[in-house]
Amino acid sequence: MLVRRVWPSRPTFDSPFADFDSVRREMLRLLDSVAGDTFGDVGAGVFPPMNITQDNDNFYVRAEVPGVKPNELSISAIRNRLTLGGKREIQREHERVSYHRKERAEGSFNRTVTLPAEFEADRVDANYADGILTLTLPKAEETKPRQIKVRI
Amino acid sequence: MAKEARTEIQKAEKGGASAGAEQTRPGPVYSPAVDIFENDKSITVLADMPGVKAQDLQIDLRESVLTLTGRVTAPETPTESDVLREYRAGTFLRQFTLSETIDQSGIDAKLTDGVLRLELPKVEKAKPRQITVRTS
Repeated sequence: MLVRRVWPSRPTFDSPFADFDSVRREMLRLLDSVAGDTFGDVGAGVFPPMNITQDNDNFYVRAEVPGVKPNELSISAIRNRLTLGGKREIQREHERVSYHRKERAEGSFNRTVTLPAEFEADRVDANYADGILTLTLPKAEETKPRQIKVRI
Repeated sequence: MAKEARTEIQKAEKGGASAGAEQTRPGPVYSPAVDIFENDKSITVLADMPGVKAQDLQIDLRESVLTLTGRVTAPETPTESDVLREYRAGTFLRQFTLSETIDQSGIDAKLTDGVLRLELPKVEKAKPRQITVRTS
């Protein structure tokens, strides 16, 4: 199992190193796309590809899991860690067939991501549509940004 | 072996002439992973196209070139900011050259959980005729 840290070190949102990290990731992604490897590798533990975004109230995790039945997905969350596991099976064809291409990978996957802040694990909402899993993770009350009024 | 070569499906190179129509829309173009297999009756194409809705998928077959185009609209709302980005919304595009003759009216496409299943039935070949040579 691959534990991937989303954040390089401390969860400081305005750390300059975070910007370097995202630039570095973007460069790697560009290099990958030039090489034609945009889907990722199941065996390398980077399946499924994930996007994580946030707004004031929630984190949003989106993962590309085409062909995975929703009941084959297992999602667990604790504090600021989210684990997504599952299995992708490709049905055997009954008739006698000859293959020309076999590029779609199958197997099980398990991936843990650490989010920059804690969220309310019991209020996570999961939605699956068109091969994309969307998770909405409400931020814990104490980690939400607050407006601070300046007294006059 | 000779039969294999005849029914081989060739992958057309990405960025070929027919990709010209896609350039009107910005964003990256991806080549979806596919499984292609055939039996005596049909050729089946399975393609991973996560995020593509049925109305955004185009399947085009002309002059024995099969083109699959699927557009993904970015689901993020404007208030969201990136924490981690590993994939991008874009266009899935892939072309194949089919050497078998396909019965166009019998093509069946189904999109389930981001996977396209395309059944391309082969045209029934004319039955071999025995020609008897008459002698006078």
